[in-house]
Amino acid sequence: MKPIFMTYTKKDLINLAVCMVLSVLIIPTFIKTEYWYTSILIPWLCLALATIGQQIVMGYTGQLALGAAGFMAAGAFAMFNLILRVPDLGFVGSLIVSGLIAAAFGILFGLPSLKVRGIYLMVATLASQFFIIWMIDKFGWFKNYDSSGIITAQDIVILGKPFTTPLAMYFVCLAVTTILTLLAMNMARGSTGRNWMAVRDMDIAAESMGVSLLRTKVQAFAISAFYCGVAGALFAFCYLKSLEPVAFDIKLSFKILFMCILGGLGTINGAFIGAAFILLFPVLLNAIGNNVFHGAIDATIISSIEQVIFGLLMIIFMIYEPLGMAKLWENLKQSMRSKLSSSGIKGVKSPVLKK
Amino acid sequence: MLKRLASTLTVVLALFSSLALPQKVFGAETQYFPVASSRVGPYSAMGTGYYGAQIDYMNYVNMTGGVNGVMLTWQECETEYNAVKTVECYQRLLEKDGQRIVVFDTLGTPGAYAVINRMAKDNVVLAQYGYGRTDGADGRVWPWVFNAASHYWSQIAVKLKFMAEIEGGIDKMKGKKIVHLHIDSAYGREPLPAMRKITSDWGMKLVEISIPPPGLEQQSQWLQIRRENPDWVTFWGAGSGMNSTAMTNAARINFPRDRMMYVTFGAAEEDMYPAGDAAIGTYAVANALPGEYPLVKDIKDKVYGAGKGNLADPNRIGSVYWNRGLGAAVMWIEALKNAQKMHNKVGKAVTGAEFRDGYEALNMTEARLTELGVGGMLAPFAISCANHEGAGKFAVMQWDGKKFNQVTGWEAPLDPKFIRGLVEDSAAKFAKENNITPKKCG
Repeated sequence: MKPIFMTYTKKDLINLAVCMVLSVLIIPTFIKTEYWYTSILIPWLCLALATIGQQIVMGYTGQLALGAAGFMAAGAFAMFNLILRVPDLGFVGSLIVSGLIAAAFGILFGLPSLKVRGIYLMVATLASQFFIIWMIDKFGWFKNYDSSGIITAQDIVILGKPFTTPLAMYFVCLAVTTILTLLAMNMARGSTGRNWMAVRDMDIAAESMGVSLLRTKVQAFAISAFYCGVAGALFAFCYLKSLEPVAFDIKLSFKILFMCILGGLGTINGAFIGAAFILLFPVLLNAIGNNVFHGAIDATIISSIEQVIFGLLMIIFMIYEPLGMAKLWENLKQSMRSKLSSSGIKGVKSPVLKK
Repeated sequence: MLKRLASTLTVVLALFSSLALPQKVFGAETQYFPVASSRVGPYSAMGTGYYGAQIDYMNYVNMTGGVNGVMLTWQECETEYNAVKTVECYQRLLEKDGQRIVVFDTLGTPGAYAVINRMAKDNVVLAQYGYGRTDGADGRVWPWVFNAASHYWSQIAVKLKFMAEIEGGIDKMKGKKIVHLHIDSAYGREPLPAMRKITSDWGMKLVEISIPPPGLEQQSQWLQIRRENPDWVTFWGAGSGMNSTAMTNAARINFPRDRMMYVTFGAAEEDMYPAGDAAIGTYAVANALPGEYPLVKDIKDKVYGAGKGNLADPNRIGSVYWNRGLGAAVMWIEALKNAQKMHNKVGKAVTGAEFRDGYEALNMTEARLTELGVGGMLAPFAISCANHEGAGKFAVMQWDGKKFNQVTGWEAPLDPKFIRGLVEDSAAKFAKENNITPKKCG
């Protein structure tokens, strides 16, 4: 297990096994409708990946950054151009290189973090969002001089095999997400992550302990942008199947920020939970509105109610569970475990009570 | 605890199953239609009017016996005029009770681009009713895409022709300056290829100025217009907020409103009212004229009379967006009738491929339009295997502060062949890039 996890407990192995069985065996056998793959699972995996990127820079390193969607756009358009202009790279190669290109942007826009912090850094990183989108819009070369500005994403071909069905694309996203998630977990648990957290908790103390602020912060921004870039490329190629700068607007950046906060700052599973919540909740409300109250309530009102409930839930969460849904999940598991142990083994006194 | 968990689970399961909850019309053959509406956000005026009319017309058809007995069913999904959400809605609406949609209508160019490549594979017709990807008009490359109410390249050509008429001929256009003020999206840029060609042929100077969406902030753009001092402005905006802001800004720098020409998606009453007197004199073009045509009146009596109307404000019946949605829905049903007839399925539901044949066989003569009760509201047109555009004609209207007055009849571009050539070039380029072999049209 050493090559997969740097440090691990039995729990990690069980979690990994459960997740793998669920995603590789159970989901493909039981879910047959295309809708679930194309509209829920694929975007969920892509956005969860981008949220992990946001987690690294915000949750682990404590740098308030806003502009994940900009890096996603960089990754997506880099991918398009690499496949178009350097076809020899192949899909996987292009994916890695487009992640690296996004990482280069991450380094560039992460540099201000050495001078400014907090809300000011957020404003500074906003520049990346607008600059990248502007650059793609301004120079026709990035869009291969397409007049309308929306280009069709090429089909995914890996080792000569086309991956065009929803299920195949789901597996592509799943593989990339799994590898990158494991990497992120290892980084977070290793010395890299320790450095990030040291900088987050108190940067002056970290620096006096010999942690290089420059290296740590820039590294966090670069890795974060890499994750966002790969996520953006997958988002465009597996989900949207078209590339358009408008799809990566500031709203998406905010969404990823919310996913990060709601899911739970500084947790990897929080990224997945947060992404699922933000992505699924409007879909669910919209579907309930149209199916359960079909015709009974005006569609305009249903759509507005959807946004009201959404906003309300966000506020409630921020007040009552600032640690996010990952913490809720943890609490639920904890209470389940204690319930089971107290109800399961009757007659045996629990060791805590023994004095 | 376990009990509570179980009950929570039941609720969650119930919610999830509602995603696939069927609502059947029992006893009759049905045909299922998607309504990918955009009622929320800055574009709500156009979404509520357009999709409201589609639902009203489907209700009307059902109340008058369906399409040869086939009852219409539909499901709505809110896209908020957002390409990402449009993809989700498309996938969600794609199938219901085992029946697949036969047509999709995004009422938005970004949304249309986002789903356009799924059409051939899924066997769904993309009915772009006066919006969307222009080269979709080449049916040989895009057999599943239609622009039944004319596309943006014809629209810009008609506008330039109208300007030339006012200025006193094409030779007078030489040296004139025109500003294309547009929302910075696929939709705003769509007319540019045709516009650049025509203006340079006529020796005009074209200045392109973009406004980032949602376009409520236009001060700097209008300052630039003041500096440029153009002879004409073609305005390509979306949403009542953006459209009315442009007029109030024009009034502020004293730019004459009767030198501004609005796009079809700024050419509605809801776009004009907020600007008040600043809107008076603005020109706009229409692919469906406003007014109480016989069918409009009939729907008002039958559907709204029975309390089944979809519009929250019944006064909007007969307005530009509502009538345009009605036009789009009429074409769906006419195509459905054609499809039933062509494939010996009268009184039965049709498949996407059959519906496509029916849409391609649309032949809306003046007589047929009048028979349906929309004579004069729409320009007569016929679709063919190669030409998916429809009429390619627009009527110019002018706002007088209360309503639109029609200024011209249905005008075609000066050189329709030239526009068609551009469409075919663009489609051929797309076909080549994507290894599509254009269909042979007999």
